[in-house]
Amino acid sequence: MEWLDNFWATYSTLVLSVGTNVLLALSIYLTLACGLLTVANAAFMGIGAYAATLLTLNTGVPFPCAILGGALLPALVALAIGRPTLRLSGVYLAMATLAFGEVVRVVILNAETLTGGALGLNGIPQLTAWYDVALAVGVTLYVLLRLAHSRVGRTMTAISQDELATELMGLNVGAYKLFSFALGAALAGLAGGLNAHFTFFISPNEYGFERGVEILAMGVLGGSGSPWGALIGAVLITLLPELLRGLGHYRPLLNGIILIVIILYSPKGIWDILQSAPRRARPTVAS
Amino acid sequence: MLTLTSVSKNFGGLSVLQDVNLAIPDQGIFGLIGPNGAGKTTVFNLITGLLTPSDGAIEFFGERLDGLPPHQITRRGVARTFQNIRLFKEMTTLDNVLVAMRDPSRYGNFVALLPWTGYRSTEQRERETARGLLSRVGLADKSNLPAGTLSYGEQRRVEIARALATRPKLLLLDEPAAGMNVAEKRELMSEIVKLAESGLNIMIIEHDMRFIMELCRDIVVLNFGQIIARGSSEEIRGNPRVIEAYLGSDNRSDSRPKS
Repeated sequence: MEWLDNFWATYSTLVLSVGTNVLLALSIYLTLACGLLTVANAAFMGIGAYAATLLTLNTGVPFPCAILGGALLPALVALAIGRPTLRLSGVYLAMATLAFGEVVRVVILNAETLTGGALGLNGIPQLTAWYDVALAVGVTLYVLLRLAHSRVGRTMTAISQDELATELMGLNVGAYKLFSFALGAALAGLAGGLNAHFTFFISPNEYGFERGVEILAMGVLGGSGSPWGALIGAVLITLLPELLRGLGHYRPLLNGIILIVIILYSPKGIWDILQSAPRRARPTVAS
Repeated sequence: MLTLTSVSKNFGGLSVLQDVNLAIPDQGIFGLIGPNGAGKTTVFNLITGLLTPSDGAIEFFGERLDGLPPHQITRRGVARTFQNIRLFKEMTTLDNVLVAMRDPSRYGNFVALLPWTGYRSTEQRERETARGLLSRVGLADKSNLPAGTLSYGEQRRVEIARALATRPKLLLLDEPAAGMNVAEKRELMSEIVKLAESGLNIMIIEHDMRFIMELCRDIVVLNFGQIIARGSSEEIRGNPRVIEAYLGSDNRSDSRPKS
């Protein structure tokens, strides 16, 4: 088992990152599935990371409590800002959530006594074990898959196609959107808390615009048709840079090209290709 | 059943409906006609809560509807179809109906996700009911096709099935026969009659006069946001104000109002 120890020593951070990135992709999947383009997930991740870290550093609460606190706080924030912002749609919603993300970053930056400001927080105990991440991903995936195949998932798809018609079918569209947004925020916070407890160090800039775009890329690349799409997107976006390490400086370039090709040829993401491929292969039998 | 009491609607300075009073009795097929821009769809939008009246009250079986959010109004038993079809185009026809299904089970949305709550059998029952509704409008064999791939007439029928899935007491049909051929219109008419016979109240906006005259015993005519006539099809046909509204006033014409 020596090779395993070696592997783990080298790649543990990467493996754990795959896990937390899957959580992040699932967090944006929830809103994308409702047809909502929100880009506040990086900020929610930051809120969760800081909340969990501060709980660990300043109080004696057990690790799971710190992580749960890190998931709860962003969900509460999402409930508070969701009501006014989710009335918006399209680009306007994206802009509002983007602005919210900047507000969060600036607040963390300036609340120096609590958050350490630009210096961030150092020496976070590395409490996240592989099974914590595995458990979080497993439970989340199970719940979201069940949701997706229930009337909740059906309603979310309906909202993404025609909000007004969904409302007129007797469904409380506002509540569904708020639920997706808040659950997505909780997942992002969960990812943030877990992530902070294995990276040793966090700072406000980790949760800025770039991270937001990366999360969006994972969601869009994999496709918002199924939680599996988010999983695929997260794994690819996390591993691609490692697989392409041999390319040196050209790595980001190829990364970008792959993204563009997929978005051009399958705007609904990789999951859509995988789904429709077998169907195209065998002739459909009329029943 | 449905009562509009001095309902008005303005968009800024533009008055779309003025002081509309309308009491519709329980049971029957009710027609709402008028030239383009008369405010017919606005009436539907006000009843279903997409718009709130600038003035006046809307009551449904004695309960105020105006001010309620649209989904609450639907839950109280008002369903509608749309003039410009609004199906969930990429979802299957069956899923379109399932979305609108009133969940008859005692389980909430999220409790139902737990494995041992009998959620699957509920889901199965709902599918059966949804298939029943689709075969009722003659689309049983299209249930697994994306709704967007169906023909225009078929899509209008899916909209009716979807509206019925909400278990309405009043069904509002906004130009249900638009884009249908003669045979399809015939079928639709007999289906509407059947629905009314089963106790459903139906209110129809339609431009096809033959369609309306044959179906409705009670017809209201709107023009420029005001009710100009109400009565049976014969009364409406012979009403000079209605003829003027549709054909315009002409001094040499016999149809000129004599008032």
